[in-house]
Amino acid sequence: MRYNKIGIIGAGNIGIGVATDLILHNIKTVLIDVSGEILKKAKSEIEKNLRFAPLYLKNLKKFNAEEIQGRLSLCTSIEKISDCEFIIENVTEDWDIKQKVYHQLNDLTPPDVCFGVNTSCISITKVGSITTKPDKVVGIHFMNPVYLKSTVEVIKGFHTSDETLNNVKLLFEQLDKSAIIVNDYPGFVSNRISHLFMNEAAFVLQDQVASAKDIDDIFKKCFGHKMGPLETADLIGLDTVMYSLDILYNSYGDPKFRCCPLLRKLVYAGNLGRKTGRGFYEYPEI
Amino acid sequence: MEHINKNNINQKIKNFILNAIQIPDLRDDDNLFETGIVNSLFAVQLLTFLEKSFNIRVSPEDLLMENFQSVDSATSFVLHKQSV
Repeated sequence: MRYNKIGIIGAGNIGIGVATDLILHNIKTVLIDVSGEILKKAKSEIEKNLRFAPLYLKNLKKFNAEEIQGRLSLCTSIEKISDCEFIIENVTEDWDIKQKVYHQLNDLTPPDVCFGVNTSCISITKVGSITTKPDKVVGIHFMNPVYLKSTVEVIKGFHTSDETLNNVKLLFEQLDKSAIIVNDYPGFVSNRISHLFMNEAAFVLQDQVASAKDIDDIFKKCFGHKMGPLETADLIGLDTVMYSLDILYNSYGDPKFRCCPLLRKLVYAGNLGRKTGRGFYEYPEI
Repeated sequence: MEHINKNNINQKIKNFILNAIQIPDLRDDDNLFETGIVNSLFAVQLLTFLEKSFNIRVSPEDLLMENFQSVDSATSFVLHKQSV
């Protein structure tokens, strides 16, 4: 079996990355977002990613970036995904929005189509419970930038079937990726741990123990991480990190997940990280 | 004149990199990618910057890491593109 057409809901950072990856691997992609403006920006980002991909993806067969852009269609109407063979959802980390989207997806897609939930912390079992096919719902936690990462965290919900897991593996084989399958608890493995790092790094900055750069350098130069926790938070988006911490806090009722006031303040100030040009760091406009 | 142009390009590229990655200094021949000064994500930012700032278009044939691996090589690349 081979996937030929995949629907993506949500044209944010991850949606853009997934679309780039699918197109590079010869899969027709339907990208949906409620905002035409966001879709316009996504189109330009995807075009840029495709043009520059040969620089860092050496194993790719030669392609014409303009030609393969024909594999992408963008639309504000979710009905356009009705003939897609797999759905990857990455809308905002907000339960009310996700709930609305899954009710629509449930009505629009054939029964055998699987839903890949791309979430930082929301329970996959909970998402499954609002559809009529919880066995077809699986968590897919892509890492950013999606087209450069070879491994994905896959989350098995309470009712996720082996057949669905197998379908996900087939999809990832097409994308030259491998999957690490974990069980479903809020935050899974990656975010349950990484958000503690990011949040505590924000507390350390707030307490003026060290500068943002020195905090990140400790992780990079002493621990050998590729990125520090504060620059990672800026890349993810500080609003997303804050929402995720709030979900973790509410899910576990554990104070260790309480969001750092400095992080919250930056979000309220509109300093959301790379996407707004300013977060823990400043990013020059390109 | 050509010398001034080269220096301007060099300085503009260097400022962009220093601003983006917040390191105190950078040598013109430092290999940005091998030394881990920047990650692959930054390559896209750098190429976008070069296209916009110097009004050039990076073609598929140009997509070689050696064209962008240091301030020196990026400067030579821009000068070459401007001359064709």
